[in-house]
Amino acid sequence: MLTDSSPAGSGPVNPNRNLAADAFTLRRRPPSEKLIDLGFRQLTLVLASFVAIVLLGIFLTVFQGAREAISSFGLSFLTTSSWDPVNEEYGAFIAIYGTLVTSILSLAIAIPLGVGTAIFITEDLIPSSLREAIGLMVELLAAIPSVVLGLWAIFVMEPAIRPALNLLHSLLGWTPFFNTVPQGPGMAPAILILVVMVLPIITAISRDALNQVPIELRQGAYGVGTTRWGAIFSVILPAAVSAITGGVMLALGRAMGETMAVTMIVGNALNFDLSLLAPGNTIAAMLANQFGEADGIQVSALMYAALILMLLTFAVNVVAQWLVRRLSLRY
Amino acid sequence: MTSSLYSSQSADSTKGDACMSLQNVTISYGKFEAVKNVFMDIPRGRVTAFIGPSGCGKSTVLRGLNRMNDLIPGCKLKGRVVFDGHDLYDPKVDPVEVRRRIGMVFQKPNPFPKTIYENIAFGARINGFKGDMDELVERSLRKAAVWDECKDKLRESGFALSGGQQQRLCIARAIATEPEVILMDEPCSALDPISTLKIEETMHELKRSYTIIIVTHNMQQAVRVADQTAFFNAEAVEGGTGKVGYLVEFNDTERIFNAPGQQATQDYVSGRFG
Repeated sequence: MLTDSSPAGSGPVNPNRNLAADAFTLRRRPPSEKLIDLGFRQLTLVLASFVAIVLLGIFLTVFQGAREAISSFGLSFLTTSSWDPVNEEYGAFIAIYGTLVTSILSLAIAIPLGVGTAIFITEDLIPSSLREAIGLMVELLAAIPSVVLGLWAIFVMEPAIRPALNLLHSLLGWTPFFNTVPQGPGMAPAILILVVMVLPIITAISRDALNQVPIELRQGAYGVGTTRWGAIFSVILPAAVSAITGGVMLALGRAMGETMAVTMIVGNALNFDLSLLAPGNTIAAMLANQFGEADGIQVSALMYAALILMLLTFAVNVVAQWLVRRLSLRY
Repeated sequence: MTSSLYSSQSADSTKGDACMSLQNVTISYGKFEAVKNVFMDIPRGRVTAFIGPSGCGKSTVLRGLNRMNDLIPGCKLKGRVVFDGHDLYDPKVDPVEVRRRIGMVFQKPNPFPKTIYENIAFGARINGFKGDMDELVERSLRKAAVWDECKDKLRESGFALSGGQQQRLCIARAIATEPEVILMDEPCSALDPISTLKIEETMHELKRSYTIIIVTHNMQQAVRVADQTAFFNAEAVEGGTGKVGYLVEFNDTERIFNAPGQQATQDYVSGRFG
């Protein structure tokens, strides 16, 4: 197709040239192809920049909105817990505490559960059909809309776990973390619904990470006489830890930012209580509840809280990246 | 268990002392038979090489010797593999214990994602080593001829080493658990000639204390390192989907390469195969 219009560089036909070589018409790349290459590179650049631009845009918008609150409340916004639209006094401590406690505790439950499930469905402990069924169920769990999970939490899960929470209260009621009588919505059910929501992320990514561990490494572990237990915990998990941590970070982002289900079950408290059994609040839930009716400096205070949420997530990610680099050896 | 190390010295003169004995071994993957009806007595304290064309089942047999095939779903072994008076495939035998006494070096270097030191110490610790770990690490690395390259970076990742060094680290790892037998599955196939030479020198050192069984595609390597050589071949069977491997001949390496008893062996070792 390009034989006649081949670039001038190919020059006159050499009579000694191998005739078969003439069948390859693109030995010299035409300028159009080089242009396409360049265009493709620029296109990927544009696509890649898009994420960064959106992120920066969101950050700037939130920062702009929060400026008024930042200048009037300063850093005491982080440590005070009054939320008083009448006197225009705002402090986000309840929500910050709630966000950190619900997300960290939900991860503390979901990580062993999710990684354990991933180990169970990647090691050949059970027939592969059963393994695939469990894997599919975990992925379907991720497909449930959070509002549905929220409703389920209110009407099914919370009443169901109430006896267990009562037991916790009677056993550990002397500690400040369990010293209120559980009565419906609260931090504990919010933590549990977050576990349900982040579990599929952790499980799916851990499973992929474990499957990526080279078979040679597995064989090497068994070859020195490890038990299955030893191979998993000493070799396979360490090899997969950085990818698993990536999944955990995604899950943490989800847990910190989760709005709908948490708003429905967390209790949206305005008074601070250390107890996990008492109603609490999170930044995301607070934004969802109040943004519609807020005006004036309250909007700015909510923006300030949103900014804190973004910075928290960012800080956690940085720490996690650093941890991964310290913990994991490459393979 | 400990006596075998001492008896290996006397075994040099009388080669009748079998370390492992394969009795009518047939290994299949699902319905497909990979290698069938293998009988052989592998002598103690010597290097035995398995040679043969691709797909003849030599690696399969090797992995059958320390129950590594257990890790492959659908892989089954019929017949007996007798080691130290016991059939390794007896239901009462624990495959983990088998692998603690019969170590393995793999085709691709596969150090653990740990420090060089931990790569060695890991296996020793699993095997309940109670002695001086620093000393064991140094001794194992020296035996595998990789100490000089490693001694200044024991705390670095095993992946900081070159391919050849990684493979010698893996040999050191296998030695550190003091197995009675070391299986090597084409240990030099991914390495350059100089690393290969070093590993072969290492093997000459090691056969003083261990029985070594090596699978190799490189016939010159078999000549250089092995006292005994087994030649495997594969043939199509009627009604089967693929080729089935079988043991053609097992004898002193010198005989196999200079005066083989079978025409197939003669053809293979002289390069007139296929």
